[in-house]
Amino acid sequence: MSTPITVKTMAEMMAAGEKPEVLFWVGCAGSFDDRAKKITRAFVRLLNGAGVSFAVLGTEESCTGDPAKRAGNEFLFQMQAIQNIQVLNGYEVTKIVTTCPHCFNTLKNEYPDLGGEYEVLHHTQFLNDLMKSGKLKVEGGEFKGKRITFHDPCYLGRGNNEYEAPRELLQKLDVELVEMKRCKSKGLCCGAGGAQMFKEAEKGDKEINIERTEDALETKAEIVATGCPFCNTMMTDGVKSFEKEKSVQVFDLAELVLGAKDL
Amino acid sequence: MGLGNLLFIAIVIAAAGLFYRNLSRIIKNIKLGKELDRSDHSSDRWKMMIRVALGQSKMVVRPVAGVLHILVYVGFVIINIEILEIIIDGIFGTHRVFASVLGAGYKPFIDSFELLALLVLVSCALFLVRRNIVRIPRFWKPEMKGWPASDANYILIMEILLMSAFLIMDAADTVLMNMDAETLMAAGNGKYIVPQMAGGQFVVSQYLIGMLPSNASTLILIERVCWWFHIIGILGFLNYLVISKHLHILLAFPNTYYSNLKDKGEFNNLASVKKEVQLMFDPDADPYAAPPEPEGPPETFGAKDATDLTWKQLLDAYTCTECGRCTSVCPANQTGKLLSPRKIMMDTRDRISEIGKGREKEGEEFNDGKSLLTDYITPEELWACTSCNACTDACPINIDPLSIIVDLRRYLVMEQSTAPAELNGMFTNIENNGAPWQFAQADRLNWKDES
Repeated sequence: MSTPITVKTMAEMMAAGEKPEVLFWVGCAGSFDDRAKKITRAFVRLLNGAGVSFAVLGTEESCTGDPAKRAGNEFLFQMQAIQNIQVLNGYEVTKIVTTCPHCFNTLKNEYPDLGGEYEVLHHTQFLNDLMKSGKLKVEGGEFKGKRITFHDPCYLGRGNNEYEAPRELLQKLDVELVEMKRCKSKGLCCGAGGAQMFKEAEKGDKEINIERTEDALETKAEIVATGCPFCNTMMTDGVKSFEKEKSVQVFDLAELVLGAKDL
Repeated sequence: MGLGNLLFIAIVIAAAGLFYRNLSRIIKNIKLGKELDRSDHSSDRWKMMIRVALGQSKMVVRPVAGVLHILVYVGFVIINIEILEIIIDGIFGTHRVFASVLGAGYKPFIDSFELLALLVLVSCALFLVRRNIVRIPRFWKPEMKGWPASDANYILIMEILLMSAFLIMDAADTVLMNMDAETLMAAGNGKYIVPQMAGGQFVVSQYLIGMLPSNASTLILIERVCWWFHIIGILGFLNYLVISKHLHILLAFPNTYYSNLKDKGEFNNLASVKKEVQLMFDPDADPYAAPPEPEGPPETFGAKDATDLTWKQLLDAYTCTECGRCTSVCPANQTGKLLSPRKIMMDTRDRISEIGKGREKEGEEFNDGKSLLTDYITPEELWACTSCNACTDACPINIDPLSIIVDLRRYLVMEQSTAPAELNGMFTNIENNGAPWQFAQADRLNWKDES
């Protein structure tokens, strides 16, 4: 990746008297997880390439409280939410895009009632809009013709009824989209949701990500596409456990779009 | 009016009265739940009910069970129009009163019922095969042992018997209706003369005629036995509903009407917590002020017992017909974990029924020292949930097991502080660094300069 990325914080923009069109909510995984950070940078490259005016909160961003809420710690969730809303409202944020479906769901659905009303988009929706408006163009690229399957993140799909944006993106990349036997509203969870990411699974006879990886491998896809940093981790681990990491790669849609663009 | 008519009227009144009493108990139990406002968006709610309950839109996702279910559903609803004729005949001592009303239309009228009855019969037989011979896994999960499995079989067998009685009754009646009118009159059986049906046969029951005797008095006995069996069976079935999972045929309608219309990913923001958090962030709040005297008992965070749930969650529990679609799509259940969303619903129903019974005996102070959490549902089940919403999506009548799981988790975490240790670590990290992992908030933008 040759060209450096350009990222401004809300504080920097405000100091310069500027206001971005959209706030990029990076999320904890996108900020700290080594694999997810690559997705974050890929998405920023796309934003830079499309000339989108955006900013991040940087060190002013804090966990949305999603894992606390799903685990039952409503108190901690609302504490996080109120603090984040104070920051967001302080910067008069109106539109947010995020690469994490959990942040997306929480910001979009659970913040309004606590005083945080924003237009919130998942990055697959945002990228799809950029393509439709012609700001982002793709021509073939390295994934053209590749056999790709898409794993629906629960909080994007069933949680918020968005099944098409990621698929439309894949279609624009000229890839061969193959569906798993369980897809869209019937998609199987990767096993990370509901705060499971942060604990050992309860006693059972199989890990959920293994069950889901079997679905993906059954399609004979070369690439498993995801739209969630946690699904990405679970599917990557799953593929590794079958020792298929040489033939099957797990990518976020932002990375696939970027690969197609060769930015 | 003969003795038979009086007996008939007495049976109908007794059955209706008993049903009303038992259904009122269930409604009373549902009202033990906490308040929840679902009075909004009434036109969307009607549409939801028409699509999902009346239109069975989510049933056909699984085509075999879905189509068979629609046949039984349509059959049962329409054949019950026949009940009207039976009730009128029963009260006034008439015979096939609709024949004189419908005239030539009577044969196609009964023919359509007979066809449906046959389809219901075949569908129920196939359902029995699926459950007991093919042994579809979702019907053989641990929570289905004992009564729930028998309950399902009793319902199917009852429906088969009811439909058989209806068809045999028609067959016997056909032979009688085609007998010489004078012979019937002479034997005092003039009411079996139905001129509209002279020389005719019904579409399905005609094939049963061969099995019947030709003697008029035996035929009348068979016809009467089937007639009484059919009507008493239906009244009995009505009263069976209230002790059975089969109650879904009624509650599916209100339950879908009061569905959660929001995006499934959204969890409610607990109002009791909201008050406390807002006070904490209120710059005008006096930190040294004495807390206001609480009104009523202190609010618990989350749910420990069935009475801590909302009325909608309890309605969900009574509406569940234990089909197990939720459990069969649950990622935790599929990978051998203890969690079964269906069991969550069954436990909730059993517990609120137990509380209802207890309160009836001992009044509001009833306390048996048990609770839904731990005595019925264990933390291990709750902690296996990934909150993926597969269960709520799969439920053909919009039952929401996830909201109960979350409310019970809230109690475990906020009242009992008994979350798994790793989750407590995650909470601490969020509190201290604003992230679920141990990373400093100051490092949040480091990704920008890495490659």
